[in-house]
Amino acid sequence: MAKKKMEIDALDGDKKPLRYWVLNEKIHNAADDGAKHIVVKNVLGQRFIADCMEHKDLKIDIHGTPGNDLGVFLSGPTIEVFGSCEDQTGNTMNAGTIIVHGNAWDVTGLAARNGKIFVKGNGGYRIGIHMKEYQDQRPIVVYGGCVKEFFGEYMAGGILVALGMKIGNNKVEEVPSKEVVRGSLGSGIHGGAIYVRGEVPEHYLGVAANIQPFTDDDLKLLTPILKEFCKYFKMPIENIWEREITKIAPSSSRPYGAYYNPRTV
Amino acid sequence: MPEKMEGIRIEIPSRYKVNIDREKCKICKRCTINCTFDTLSFNGERIVADHDNCVACQRCSAKCPQEAITIIDNQMAFPFHAAYDERIRRIGWEQASTGGVMLASCGNDLPYPSIFDDLVLDAAQVTNPAIDPLREPIETKCFLGAKPAKLEFTETGDEITLKTNLPPNIELSTPIMVGQMSLGSISYNAQIALFKAALEVGTLVGTGEGGLHPDFYKYGKIINSEVASGRFGVDANYLKKVAALEIKIGQGAKPGHGGHLPGEKTSKLISETRMIPKGTDALSPYPHHDIYSIEDLQQLIFALKEATRYRVPVGVKIAAVHNSAAIASGMVRAGADFITLDGFRGGTGATPRIIRDHAGIPIELAIATVDQRLREEGIRHKTTLCAGGSIRYSADLVKALALGADVAMICTPVLIAMGCRVCQQCHRGTCAWGIATQNPAYSQRLNIEVGARRIANLFHAWTEELREICGAMGIDSVESFIGNRDRLRYVGPNPKIADIMDVKHAGEAWG
Repeated sequence: MAKKKMEIDALDGDKKPLRYWVLNEKIHNAADDGAKHIVVKNVLGQRFIADCMEHKDLKIDIHGTPGNDLGVFLSGPTIEVFGSCEDQTGNTMNAGTIIVHGNAWDVTGLAARNGKIFVKGNGGYRIGIHMKEYQDQRPIVVYGGCVKEFFGEYMAGGILVALGMKIGNNKVEEVPSKEVVRGSLGSGIHGGAIYVRGEVPEHYLGVAANIQPFTDDDLKLLTPILKEFCKYFKMPIENIWEREITKIAPSSSRPYGAYYNPRTV
Repeated sequence: MPEKMEGIRIEIPSRYKVNIDREKCKICKRCTINCTFDTLSFNGERIVADHDNCVACQRCSAKCPQEAITIIDNQMAFPFHAAYDERIRRIGWEQASTGGVMLASCGNDLPYPSIFDDLVLDAAQVTNPAIDPLREPIETKCFLGAKPAKLEFTETGDEITLKTNLPPNIELSTPIMVGQMSLGSISYNAQIALFKAALEVGTLVGTGEGGLHPDFYKYGKIINSEVASGRFGVDANYLKKVAALEIKIGQGAKPGHGGHLPGEKTSKLISETRMIPKGTDALSPYPHHDIYSIEDLQQLIFALKEATRYRVPVGVKIAAVHNSAAIASGMVRAGADFITLDGFRGGTGATPRIIRDHAGIPIELAIATVDQRLREEGIRHKTTLCAGGSIRYSADLVKALALGADVAMICTPVLIAMGCRVCQQCHRGTCAWGIATQNPAYSQRLNIEVGARRIANLFHAWTEELREICGAMGIDSVESFIGNRDRLRYVGPNPKIADIMDVKHAGEAWG
């Protein structure tokens, strides 16, 4: 039986980065041996870390910069990254939590069905694309900073949040409202909701995306999520309420309902 | 979308007519229960037909105990015009009436010439004796997965052990697999029948992009899970409890198109399998949004290999298109253990008609050019080449193998084996034969055991016919027949086709 806490160095004996399949096998084996807390040091671009891992009570700390597809198909563990992530963090994720003390770039949360992703910094394009939800499974992606175009494209469920803040060690700076999100916001959205802190210009909205009133229900839904966000990044939740939140939701759950003619001629 | 307007629908003569022999009809009303297209009803006095709704699925006629019903072509005279034939006119009238994109299913129904039909096979005469498949063994077994370039052994004393690490391979008893049909496109009963038949035969069945219902985990060892752009139903069970994984980039019936399961078809069962709320549209994006290049494809292939810790082969499926050979080369280099080419006659549960009928290329050309390209580049062994989407019967199977495919992938033929009449209404979800429907009342019309038996019979018949052909050519193993284009000859009208396929014209001798 392995120790509860295990440390893995992502550098080899010659101080060169381990190939991803070698590193990932080490992580898989440590978890299968019963480790509950795996600390991975010196990560440098290794892809597919924690791919499809199902260990529910496992915590993985990553120091450095993981490569693409961190937590792809993730189904249980909590991953905390002390650094920034590349693309496709939490790709097709099913359960678990990913906390990023930095940025996480393009297509974070692609097609996720459940689980939570909290990013302290900024993100790139197409974040939360085609997220979906089912029964009590609902994916959540929160960015403390700003994101680029096509935020929540094709979205079929779940919750996306962009807060537009620069979260420093002891202070929080605001980003101008129109820089929090960009154009083609929620293009093709047919489920779920996008929350943007600040005003969203009408022309940012993509096909089928609508600005809707932010109600008490939304507040009730968001509060525990934002509290969790603030806990990870050690900031008071009051900062968030200083600016109004805009809700973007689909205009219809069947945006293409009458598009086709099913008759055969 | 255009607004509905009074009188907007152009009155079009129905395509079919339901003839009811009034002398034979005992008004038992069985036909009205069996009809799922709102064609037949009882008006209080007799059975009446709304011919407009008839799709010639033949259910009523088959179930009428009096044999009183005949479906006939409604042979209305249309003013003659060779270019604006009846089909083109009907499309125009329909589109003017609704403004909708015409939806279709099944496969391309246009009379494009079949290249398979222009190929003839060789037979052994005098100098290379034929083999009798009834008395002598002819091996049809094959393996799905990458093969090593060479085998290395270590010798210690009398012991010889294999040193080479073998990539994961799945044994198939016959070079035929069932392609990708989701629960959604086909019914629960139809999918179980497929799984049961495949277990008996020893081959794989694709899940389509529909997820895997928990009831079906037990069939995992014969399942090939499809990972497509919507990632519906993709979870740890879907990836880890199955024999093989296949990334779907494209489909022969709809190259370049995504998927759209209309909300009406998202029943409780579908909702559980795809893991989406009941009644919502299930949209599969046109591309995978994590794949814009071969390098990105490699990333998803290895995400799947890592997920299964390299225990199962991971394949990639594309529609057969102009540039298939170059793409296939990239796919193999990206690590695809098997690649599937889907021809332009491939089937679908729903697709815009314009794409079904006009996009993609014939599978024969794709098989030959991909096989050729991979051989030239010395990477043919790194992948198993599967081909589907036009393989209608065993003759096509044989010719596909000779052109260079390792395994044929079939869908429509197994539906036909379950009793499908090819009425091409799969997208309506009201299949009267219980095959392409999610309505439990219709689905239960398909007897699972009988369906499974019929599919297994079809596989048996095709495999025996494949043995017959191999025997006639003096070949005792299907694996040595694959890519053996010198046993084919072209008899069609266009020698350019023969050139592209590197097949000689009939009359040319061995080279």
